Amino acid sequence: MAKISLENVKHSYLKRPRTPEDWALKKLDLEWSNGGAYALLGPSGCGKTTLLNVISGLVRPTEGRVLFDDVDLTERPTDRRHIAQVFQFPVVYDTMTVRENLAFPLRNRGLKASEIEQKVEAIAHMLDLDEMLPRRASGLTADGKQKISLGRGLVRSDVNVIMFDEPLTVIDPHLKWQLRSKLKELHQRTRRTMIYVTHDQTEALTFAEKVVVMHEGRVVQVGSPVELFERPRHTFVGHFIGSPGMNILPCEVSGGGVHFAGRRVEVENPPRGSLAGRHTELGVRPEFVLLAEQGIPVNIVKVSDAGRYRIVEARCEESRIKLLLEEGVSLPASNASVRFDPAHTRLYADGQLLE
Amino acid sequence: MRKLGWLVPALYIVFLLLPIYWLVSMSFKTTNEILGAFTLWPKKFTLENYQKIFTDPTWYNGYINSLIYVVINTVISVLVALPAAYAFSRYRFLGDKHLFFWLLTNRMAPAAVFALPFFQLYSAIGLFDTHIAVALAHCLFNIPLAVWILEGFMSSVPRQLDETAYLDGYGFWRFFLKIFLPTIAAGIGVAAFFCFMFSWVELLLAKTLTSVAAKPIAATMTRTASSSGYELGLLAAAGTLTIIPGAFVIYFVRNYIAKGFALGRV
Amino acid sequence: MEGKTQNQMGWLFVLPVVTLVAFNAVIPLMAVVNYSVQETFGNNMFFFEGVKWFEQVLHSDRFHASLGRQLFFSGIILAIEVPLGVAIALAMPRRGPWVSVCLVLMALPLLIPWNVVGAMWNIFALPDIGMLGRLLNDLGINYNYTQQPISAWATLIAMDVWHWTSLVVLLAYAGLSAIPDAYYQAAKIDGASPWAVFRYIQLPKMRRVLTIAVLLRFMDSFNIHTEPFVLTGGGPGNATTLLSIDLVKIALGQFDLGPAAAMSIIYFLIILLLSWVFYAVMTRGEEQ
Repeated sequence: MAKISLENVKHSYLKRPRTPEDWALKKLDLEWSNGGAYALLGPSGCGKTTLLNVISGLVRPTEGRVLFDDVDLTERPTDRRHIAQVFQFPVVYDTMTVRENLAFPLRNRGLKASEIEQKVEAIAHMLDLDEMLPRRASGLTADGKQKISLGRGLVRSDVNVIMFDEPLTVIDPHLKWQLRSKLKELHQRTRRTMIYVTHDQTEALTFAEKVVVMHEGRVVQVGSPVELFERPRHTFVGHFIGSPGMNILPCEVSGGGVHFAGRRVEVENPPRGSLAGRHTELGVRPEFVLLAEQGIPVNIVKVSDAGRYRIVEARCEESRIKLLLEEGVSLPASNASVRFDPAHTRLYADGQLLE
Repeated sequence: MRKLGWLVPALYIVFLLLPIYWLVSMSFKTTNEILGAFTLWPKKFTLENYQKIFTDPTWYNGYINSLIYVVINTVISVLVALPAAYAFSRYRFLGDKHLFFWLLTNRMAPAAVFALPFFQLYSAIGLFDTHIAVALAHCLFNIPLAVWILEGFMSSVPRQLDETAYLDGYGFWRFFLKIFLPTIAAGIGVAAFFCFMFSWVELLLAKTLTSVAAKPIAATMTRTASSSGYELGLLAAAGTLTIIPGAFVIYFVRNYIAKGFALGRV
Repeated sequence: MEGKTQNQMGWLFVLPVVTLVAFNAVIPLMAVVNYSVQETFGNNMFFFEGVKWFEQVLHSDRFHASLGRQLFFSGIILAIEVPLGVAIALAMPRRGPWVSVCLVLMALPLLIPWNVVGAMWNIFALPDIGMLGRLLNDLGINYNYTQQPISAWATLIAMDVWHWTSLVVLLAYAGLSAIPDAYYQAAKIDGASPWAVFRYIQLPKMRRVLTIAVLLRFMDSFNIHTEPFVLTGGGPGNATTLLSIDLVKIALGQFDLGPAAAMSIIYFLIILLLSWVFYAVMTRGEEQ
């Protein structure tokens, strides 16, 4: 197992990239420590699959280096990097049984039959595939096949990192959580480095110890799920994470204070220098937008029921503000006032958290 | 060893081109020269064969006629085969396996068996000597082929694709046209080319069902085998010209056939 | 292949296909069956004769001989064209400018009308004025397909391989292109050798496409008429008289509609049986 470092990595699929849009991955430096459970989270097209392929060696980065335990492996092909990958749709060898599938990577590496037998049994047991061993792999359901894919990675002891590329895409919804928990459990047990790529924040936040959020080829924030939720360093992260996402509201900074809709607002990170010429915004999660007797006047536009609470959509001038209402709290018919909890309201300039 | 991989297709192509070169060189020779002696290159290079074809309406109309009914047939065959192949691939219905095999059986009988009955049938419904008659008649063997090929490609597309699309809110036709068809592009390319090809070269039925108005090139070419023995130079020129439309078709569908390779990243 | 959904709507989807094909097939077929059980003395007079023609054909030595030659021919054709076609498809470039070149050049033999194919090989292989014939004889091989049965057979087979292998190549190539990259990537990660990739990924995934190729080549080679007829006319003697050539000789030459029709039906049934065998063998284990 290894520590994986990406230094100055940039990648473009075009031979001669010209504009920033031509780069799928803009300059990034990342380190993945041994044994961690990571998620690569971001919307479609943000470059997370490209990044995954750079680590696995399926893509050679246009610039930069890939190091495993400080050894430069940028030039090394995939099969020499000791990685395993689980793909978006199940990849199994249809003509083989489950047992043969799991044994395949070991047979190719010349292990002894008894060793292979032992490892296969152990991994099959871990994955609850014991009864399936003699069956033909093609006959399993999608989640079974993904387990086989995973198994082929776990069965090898030389694996540095196991990578998952949106592995739950084709799994039935009611089986997703089962497989997710299984993956987490497996990580706890085997302590292998795992990198999980997804656009689904639930998957990312429940699996990972550390989440790497990506947007348009850049790493926007790296942090634990709690950090990302509580203290997003970028408006994109704030908006992307959480359901519903953070409210991002335009604001002005003048006279040392922050103003929204003509009213002064207290923030957790008041500005210190001048912010002239920068695009300033307020970020506050719906959880921390509260109804108040006096405050910013809003018009209630829509109320949706989300089970234990209700999501209220309100309008103030041109902006939409979302807030959460618990059960039992009453709502004025159309006009109301809200205020923002200062401890959880933050100022952002050009999308970045002001620190 | 890997480096020499290109040798295999290269040698094969050379093997293919030799007789074609022979054909083309024959087209520039006079029949006398062809039968008289062995010459690698036309000793007396002549364009008279091509001249004959380009100036004689019965000849060039032959090409046009053939082109018309072949295109009609290809379009009909592929269009009709698509939903049928989808049904065979995705649905179970009464008699589906037998029906599928029955389709193929229609390709099994030699055309000679159908020649006379077809003549009677199509004359009876007043379609004798029309392009549509030949186009429809060729459906006998082209539709089964198209269905079989398309079904083969459709079955290798996992059902999850359909299901994921429905979950994402796609209606059936939008899914079919925007997602499904591009996925089986290779199958469509191959099916379309084969329909074109088999219809284009089919001689017996095309000859039987036409006389003047829709006379195909294949029929005109058999004229060369009658009176003065084989007019080989003319036949060779006609044959060479026959290759051209098909070459266009395959060039046109080449991206469909190799589509999967171009997709690259998963 | 995961389970299909029960859906009688399927019939709606296949209706156009069934209509067009049945229209062309059922009516003419009825006519053939009609002829096969009757005797005619010309003048449009038909007498019902039951299975007399069938018995006659099935017991005829001539039929057995043609059938034997035909089986031999189709067998060799399949044994050469299918592996060769697959090998070429595997070796072809996947991307880049050469793809178009390869595809177009390989398609050319398929597009030549069959009588032209026969005629050009006829001259091409002539020992005195043909390129191939001259070359072989100049190399010291005593080759004359118009007189030697073995040379005739060799030429016939070479012609068919030249003509039709590309069909297998195109099908196999398209089939290969439908295999998602992820399989190759997984194989790389698993450390699989090129042979293992072929055996466990490429070949299984090409199974359906290869079934089509095998069935097509079998049926078409069993039915083959124009090319060998123009090349050798069935000769020398009847060395290369395949089934359909014999059938046409009987039907047209002697105007024996009864035996010809009966032979057609037997012919058809043989193809049907053998195709079904191929089909069953190649698709076994697919439905689970």
